[in-house]
Amino acid sequence: MNTGSPLQIFLDACLINNFVLAMFLGICPFLGVSSKVETATRMGAAVTFVMLIASTCAFGIHIALETINAPYLHLISYIVVIASTVQLVEMFIKKFSPALFRALGIFLPLITTNCAILGVALFQTSRQYDFVQSLAFALGAGAGFTLALLMMAGLRERLELSDVSSVVKGAALTLMIAGVLSLAFSGFAGMGG
Amino acid sequence: MSADALKTEPPKTADTFLKGLWRDNPVFVMLLGMCPVLAVTNSAINALAMGLATTFVLFMSSTIVSLVRNFIPKQVRIASFILVIATFVTVTDYALQAISLDVHKALGAFISLIVVNCMILGRSEAFASKNNVGRSMLDALGMGLGFTLACLSLGVVREILGTGTLFDVPIFGPSFEPWVIMVLPGGAFFVLGGWLLLFNWMRERKEARA
Repeated sequence: MNTGSPLQIFLDACLINNFVLAMFLGICPFLGVSSKVETATRMGAAVTFVMLIASTCAFGIHIALETINAPYLHLISYIVVIASTVQLVEMFIKKFSPALFRALGIFLPLITTNCAILGVALFQTSRQYDFVQSLAFALGAGAGFTLALLMMAGLRERLELSDVSSVVKGAALTLMIAGVLSLAFSGFAGMGG
Repeated sequence: MSADALKTEPPKTADTFLKGLWRDNPVFVMLLGMCPVLAVTNSAINALAMGLATTFVLFMSSTIVSLVRNFIPKQVRIASFILVIATFVTVTDYALQAISLDVHKALGAFISLIVVNCMILGRSEAFASKNNVGRSMLDALGMGLGFTLACLSLGVVREILGTGTLFDVPIFGPSFEPWVIMVLPGGAFFVLGGWLLLFNWMRERKEARA
C-alpha cells in the first residue's frame, strides 16, 4: 500500500511529475487544442472530469478483477469504461453546448485515446493507491493537464501576433516551446520528496 | 505535382505501403502517436522495441478490423476497434515480458498505453474500416515502419548526445561530456522539434526551387 498523503499525491501528479510535460501523456490534445485559451480551459475541464470518473471505475474494476484473479483483463476493461465515459460526456456537451462541441471537434472523441486518462487508471493500479489517494491522483493529473494546456494556449495566442520565420511556424515551434516549459517544470523535481 | 493531385488518383499498391514511410509519416507529418515517441526514446534500443511493438499491434488490429469491417454496426465501431487493439496490446505486453524483461521494465506503462496510440485507432478508422484486407495490411506495415523510423531517429539522436553511446556501444572517447538535457523530458521535445524544423526547411527549399 502506498502511504503518500492525498495532498502529496495531488502535487506530485500536478507539478512534479506533470502528466504532459514530464511524463508525455496526452501530447496529442496538448498540441492539437492549445491554440485558444478558452477552448483549452474547457478541454481541460472535460479531461479532468473523465479522469475522475475513469479513476473511480478503475478502482472498482481492479478490486473485482483481483477477486476473480484475472489480471490480464485490466487493460481491456479499463479502456471500455473510458470509452463509454467519453461517449457520455460527448452526448452531454453536444446537448448543452453545441458551440463547444464544434470547437473541440475531433478531439472530443479522441479523449478516449488520450493516454493521460488510461495512464491515470494504470498508474493508480500499479502504485496501489487507496480510494482517496486515487481520487487525489486523478484530480492532480487533470489539474496538471489543464495547467500545461493553458500555459501553452496563452503562449500560442501571443505567438499569433509575433513575426516568425515561416520555416519555424507550426508544430516545430510548438514543440520547442513545450521543451522550454518542460525544462521549467523539471525545476519542481525533488520538491516535497 | 502537389499532394492533392496525388490523392485524387487511385492509389497504387506500392504507394499504399510507401506513403506511411515518408509522405504521410504518422509522426513527422500527421503528428499522431506522439506520446510514446517522446516518452520512451531516451535510448535507441527502447525506441526500436517501442516501434516494433506498435507495428505489430497496428498490423494485427488493421488486419482484424478490415476482416470484420462489414459486420460492425457504424455506431459501435470505435468501441469495437478499441477492443481489438486492446487484445493485441495485452498479447504484446505478455510476449515482451517473456522476450526481454529489461526492455519491458524500461518501457513500463507505455506498453499498455499503445492501446491509446491515436495512430492505431486513426488507421483503423481512416483506412482499415474502408479497404480490403491486403491493402489494409500493407498500409499498416508502412505506417508501422514509418513510426519505427521516427522513434529511431529520435532515440538515436538522444542516446548519442545524452549518453555518448549507440545501442549501448560507446562511440565517443571517455572524455565525452554527455548532454544531460537530452535524456530529460525537455530533450525529447527539442529533438522532435528539431527534426520537424529540418523537414520544414527541406520542404520550403524544394518549393522554392520548383
